[in-house]
Amino acid sequence: MRALVVERSVPRFAVARLASYASSEWGIRLGPLRLVDIDPPSPPGEGWVEVHPILAGICGSDLSMLEGHTSSYFEPLVSFPFVPGHEVVGHLNDGRRVVLEPVLSCATRSISPPCSACQRGDTGNCEYVSTGHLKPGLQTGYCADVGGGWSATFIAHSSQLHYIPEHISDEEAVLIEPTASAIHAVLSSGMKGASTIAVIGASTLGLCTTAALRDLGYRGLLVVAAKWPIQQELALSLGADKAVEPRQLKGVLRFNTGSFLVGSHLSNGADLIFDCVGSVDTISTSLEIVRPKGRVIMVGMPGVVHMDLSPLWHKEVRLQGAYTYGWEQVNGNRVHSFDLATKLVSTARLGRLVSARYPLDRHEEALVHAMEAGRRDSIKIVFTPQPKRRSRSSAESSKEDST
Amino acid sequence: MTTRPGFVLEIDRSSPPMLFWKGEGFGLEHLPPSSRVIYPPEPLPPLSNPRAAIRRALEEPLGDCKPLSALLKPDMKLTIAFDDISLPLPPMRSPDIRQLVIETVLEMAAEAGVDDVVLIAALAVHRRMTEAELRHALGSRVYDSFAPYGLLMQHDACDEDNIVLLGHTEAGEAVEINKRAATSDLLVYVNINLVSMDGGHKSVATGLSSYRSLRYHHNPATLANSRSFMDHHHSELHHSNWRMGRLIAKSGVSVFQIETTLNTNTFPEQFGFLQRREWEWSVKDRAAYLATSSLLARTPLQLRRRLFHSIRSPHALASVQAGEVEAVHERTIHHIHRQQLVRVEGQSDVLAVGLPYISPYNVNSILNPILVASLGLGYFFNMYKGKPLVRPGGVMIIHHPTPYEFDIVQHPSYIDFFEQVLTETKDPVEMSEKYEEAFAMDPWYTHLYRTGHAYHGVHPFYMWYWCTHALEHLGAVIIVGGDKRAVHRMGFKVASTFNDALEMATDVVGADPSVTYLHTPPLLLAEVQ
Repeated sequence: MRALVVERSVPRFAVARLASYASSEWGIRLGPLRLVDIDPPSPPGEGWVEVHPILAGICGSDLSMLEGHTSSYFEPLVSFPFVPGHEVVGHLNDGRRVVLEPVLSCATRSISPPCSACQRGDTGNCEYVSTGHLKPGLQTGYCADVGGGWSATFIAHSSQLHYIPEHISDEEAVLIEPTASAIHAVLSSGMKGASTIAVIGASTLGLCTTAALRDLGYRGLLVVAAKWPIQQELALSLGADKAVEPRQLKGVLRFNTGSFLVGSHLSNGADLIFDCVGSVDTISTSLEIVRPKGRVIMVGMPGVVHMDLSPLWHKEVRLQGAYTYGWEQVNGNRVHSFDLATKLVSTARLGRLVSARYPLDRHEEALVHAMEAGRRDSIKIVFTPQPKRRSRSSAESSKEDST
Repeated sequence: MTTRPGFVLEIDRSSPPMLFWKGEGFGLEHLPPSSRVIYPPEPLPPLSNPRAAIRRALEEPLGDCKPLSALLKPDMKLTIAFDDISLPLPPMRSPDIRQLVIETVLEMAAEAGVDDVVLIAALAVHRRMTEAELRHALGSRVYDSFAPYGLLMQHDACDEDNIVLLGHTEAGEAVEINKRAATSDLLVYVNINLVSMDGGHKSVATGLSSYRSLRYHHNPATLANSRSFMDHHHSELHHSNWRMGRLIAKSGVSVFQIETTLNTNTFPEQFGFLQRREWEWSVKDRAAYLATSSLLARTPLQLRRRLFHSIRSPHALASVQAGEVEAVHERTIHHIHRQQLVRVEGQSDVLAVGLPYISPYNVNSILNPILVASLGLGYFFNMYKGKPLVRPGGVMIIHHPTPYEFDIVQHPSYIDFFEQVLTETKDPVEMSEKYEEAFAMDPWYTHLYRTGHAYHGVHPFYMWYWCTHALEHLGAVIIVGGDKRAVHRMGFKVASTFNDALEMATDVVGADPSVTYLHTPPLLLAEVQ
């Protein structure tokens, strides 16, 4: 079968990193990703099934990895060669549609008893993602044994599958995984009592976070820093009070929180910042605009950053990560982030974020498009690994494959 | 010595191209045949002995008023208020006229044995002046005699402890002014009346007032009905100030008004071509134009800005009158008209102007997009008496690069106004209802206004309201050479060339539009029949 595969190649990662500074296209072309014919992965035991991806999204973390920008922290948590793709809606051999919850937790590794995190339902914090009978891999899409969404077939454990109701379109379904991440970030942020929240970044994660904040009951001022007009438009339609260019964010928050500008920092600022980018600039900005004792939630995947943490210390700011999903507490009920996300993609019509679809053999175009998404009036770029199958599209998200 | 009056030129094929200001630079533009060019009168001859003229004016007051020497008593409390950095434009060569007047008043006060004297810069909600600016306006002798002892103040419209309510006018307007001024035995106000809008009761009622009082006349409704600001008999802005001024007088504040007019000798001799009629340019003028243009074209913007703001105008004193406010002001208006009035027959479809680098609110700073709008649509559009130079539904073409650039020190609230208010509404009424108070009360803007050199938080609103009359009157505004993002944010159109702008104007006013070019500065006031 055809699959996009990432090989362990230090020179290729290094070249990709260097080339990416000059051109996204060259970064991709010279990088570690190859379209090859491989055998489908074999189920390692009971409870594993084949999944045939219908749509597989290109995530910011995928792009960061392909450009060689991912932190070496992840090296022991992945195994090569792997097939990327963890945002997946696919079908099983019996035709049922499923969405993948990609974390390879204790259940998938036949580890019993499960670790304390998995017992709590915090599968994202699983202690054993590099052990068990699978090769290391924190998620499907980074593990050599299970394949990934950027191929015609991969394998998944039954604990990873969420069956999709009929009324959810494929475009909506492929957004469930990032939406679940956003929901998890919002629910773990301690937003109760917040009156001013800023979301930095308005690509898929930022927009899903915006939608999740409103869906989960936040009614205060919500300001989104969005670089491109399409992002600003979507942020407003998903519940932002203001969607401004990143350079305007500080001014808007200063004015709306009645703050003083002390040097480059606000004297007061937002209660909560969701940094959906994770760059040095956005983390620094977050520390500048968060109020004393406020929180900065890192939703976007950061890498190695060099920055001044004095304001974090002085303002007693909490910098908190938000990774994947799991079982959440909502109004005293235990609900899975994927179930909340399945509802939200439909009510917020998040399928409209899917801007273009590409077959695997046009992966270079697809990845360049994803890297330049905002500039090209796009949000989410997806692969259609099963080229002969038409996706089940809702009216508003029925886009032709990009040509 | 005779001075040639203003002049309306009709362009024909033999007419040379016309000089247009373009911010920190200028250029020549060919106007279509039959266009009108309105030139200002030539500068009036200056008073030969300004100090003597000032002393004479103080001793021979107009209206129901005693000579200044008779009003000065040894044990009195005397306050001298003076116009701030917004006047004159460009700042004049030393000695500034304020210095000459204030030195004379102080000499007379000293002769009368007055000890309790305080000087106040009448800022209203303008920015505080720097020490260098105060020294330039007052002279170092005055500055050093007052500033170190805390006797040179800058009015603070937010200082609740030093604002007093004098009462309400018959229209219900609350009149609050500076406490020191209100409680003085005599308040001497020293004006520079650069245009006919300046002076009269507006000096004290606006210059020394609080934000609460300013709201009664600095609002969209009042400014829309000031037609124009330059004609106080037809200006709601002035009617309100006149009511307030009369209440100030009635409440016992004794105001001795000193008004001065300057001639229109605006630019130093090396820039003489800027105030000469193009067909009369000498070889020297042409060479100066070419050399200056070529030098400016190769000079970075920041440096150009510094060069232009270092210009000191050779303005000279053309008249000085003192005494009772209204009597003084009527005489002042006569002198301003003598210097600036040009009679013009009828309106045109298009009014073209070129904006210079400076307006009252960006001395030593950037003419940001809001100030471009205010200078073009607030000031130049309103340089009329009678009717606007452009017909209702007509087009105003403004030449200015309109950079998307703000001075964070002087104009912090302008930035937020531009980014947050204009993105939502361009309607002066809507923005006044929705945003004005929040900006006016914003603690950070207030802090910067009171302690730094920032305009008050409400100031960008006033600048936009200043455009209300023009925005209601015009069918379109086209800015030639403007930054697209900045111009579009304000709801205007951008053209790359003057000819493109004229072409675009035809979509609004039809083919073959009549064009009037207001050739200013130097300043002029068009009396449109």
